[in-house]
Amino acid sequence: MNRFLSVFLLMLACIAAPAFAQGLDVGLVTGNDAALPIAVVPMEYQGSSAKPDTNVADVIRADLNRSGQFRSLPENQIVEHPMTGADMKYPTWRLLKQDYVLIGRVLDSSDGGYRVEYELFDVAKQQRILGQAMTGRPLEMRRVAHEIADQVYEKILGVRGAFDTQIAYVTKVGLGDNTKYSLMVADADGFNPQSVVNSRESLMSPAWSPDGHRLAYVSFERGNSTIYLQTLGTAAREVIAAFKGINDAPAFSPDGKKLAMTLSKSGSPEIYVMDLATRQLTQITNHYSINTEPMWMPDSATLLFTSDRGGKPQIYQVPASGGEPVRVSFQGQYNAHATVSYDGKKIAVEQGSGNVYRIALLDRSYAGAGHWQMLSPGDLDESPSFAPNASMVLYAAKENGRGVLYAVSADARVRDRLILAEGSVQEPAWSPYRAR
Amino acid sequence: MKIHKTVLIVAAVCIALAGCTKRNVKEEQPGSSGTEYAPSANTSPMGPSVGGRYTPADLETDSCLRQRVVYFDFDQDTIKPEFQAIVACHAKYLMDRPEARMRLEGNADERGSRQYNLGLGERRGNAVMAAVQGSGASASQMEVISYGEERPVCTESNEECWAKNRRVEFVYTAK
Repeated sequence: MNRFLSVFLLMLACIAAPAFAQGLDVGLVTGNDAALPIAVVPMEYQGSSAKPDTNVADVIRADLNRSGQFRSLPENQIVEHPMTGADMKYPTWRLLKQDYVLIGRVLDSSDGGYRVEYELFDVAKQQRILGQAMTGRPLEMRRVAHEIADQVYEKILGVRGAFDTQIAYVTKVGLGDNTKYSLMVADADGFNPQSVVNSRESLMSPAWSPDGHRLAYVSFERGNSTIYLQTLGTAAREVIAAFKGINDAPAFSPDGKKLAMTLSKSGSPEIYVMDLATRQLTQITNHYSINTEPMWMPDSATLLFTSDRGGKPQIYQVPASGGEPVRVSFQGQYNAHATVSYDGKKIAVEQGSGNVYRIALLDRSYAGAGHWQMLSPGDLDESPSFAPNASMVLYAAKENGRGVLYAVSADARVRDRLILAEGSVQEPAWSPYRAR
Repeated sequence: MKIHKTVLIVAAVCIALAGCTKRNVKEEQPGSSGTEYAPSANTSPMGPSVGGRYTPADLETDSCLRQRVVYFDFDQDTIKPEFQAIVACHAKYLMDRPEARMRLEGNADERGSRQYNLGLGERRGNAVMAAVQGSGASASQMEVISYGEERPVCTESNEECWAKNRRVEFVYTAK
């Protein structure tokens, strides 16, 4: 138990130390004994100019730990530093009880950037299972590290990694009339935050387009809730919905052709689908209850949404062309804000019982009404968002009076907190995969 | 028509609730202390200062018109008896002043999803609008905007603060 505690504290220190330089605090909250042990050996810079400001091995180690699927050997326990396959001594790694070893070296690339050559070894089979090179510009080396971590993840687990992805979220800084809201985009580990929108009024509900180039979101800058669509990297944006009443909860269909949303222009909040080519709106629900938070299933033909037509908010399913909604959630007094895994089998929701709100996961691949699992402790957890490979769920929590973000592994074994240096964070949304 | 049905329902509920505050207490969540923390209405005498009709000056001096907030129980959009007087005097103001315009801003406490709370705030704003209409005012003088949980007056996570955030505010955009 002592050894686990010291390993855990070392991991925390290793991860937290570089993060403080960015004004972020990325801390692992729980550990995981069942994860795959992997040693990511420090990658030496063997070029002739200035070495990169990113420690590629550190970033890879942190990524793999955060996924909950791996347990990276702390750097100070890595007693040998092989740089090539010829340096590999399998008995060392068997003694250290590692299943995999990742080694590499950083060289100069011909265009002024860096080239990382890396190799992944299976200790039991005593063989190399991956050998590749990846290049990047000097300021892009965190991305290179994330891409390598993705390759390692996919090779071992057979599922595409989601480390080289982004998150969108809203920050709220200041009080009363001095409150400032920002819609931010950062790397999935919380680094490199960039502001997309700044406003003195509330921002809500960011939603990524499937190509990752646009964000739809809700802003109150016009006085009433309004849905905007903005292209990232430019300030270009357009008003999508500014009807009387509520304009909220935009959601892109996975095929990119449609945008679902909540509009109350007919008198109460209903689900609508907008064809993005023609901008034509189709009303999907028709019930005096509150119907909101549409979320597309992977087939781009079915929607999940929140409705209190039965009394309290629950999750319902309806064809995107319209039809009779069918209730999906049968546990918990209150279920809202569904997010769906890429294969449609899992739904994570905000689930409330009494005054405690937690993130819960429904696995629909089980027979009957499915199998529920709690992912977070509460009391005010909200806004779950799946990673594109469904390995993790990003959500918002309230701690010490302010909003923070957590990423929890889908099996609930590892939970990782991201907090800003100041202010409150809310409304997270995990980006799709980047185009390969 | 949806609006008339809501007015009838609200009117029926108001009549049923007259003198029966117990029903509201029963609908609250366990652990919440609803009415004992809920900010209450000021019931001192009121009335227009000039000849039976309100004037803009009364907005600052009349003890009823100066009250601009209606509070709600958890997950409810029913207007409690103690707020009936506020609804009535603002309705009278709108009737006395055809050029007056009012925005009803609906709010919710922080619990639950932000998007659902936008709906809850609107539902409360609509309930107040229906009650004001039920007292004779014209819908054309009012609009409802919901801020959900986005404009809290306090940020503590306790029932006392939550009760203050479950509210509809009367904002005059023209007097």
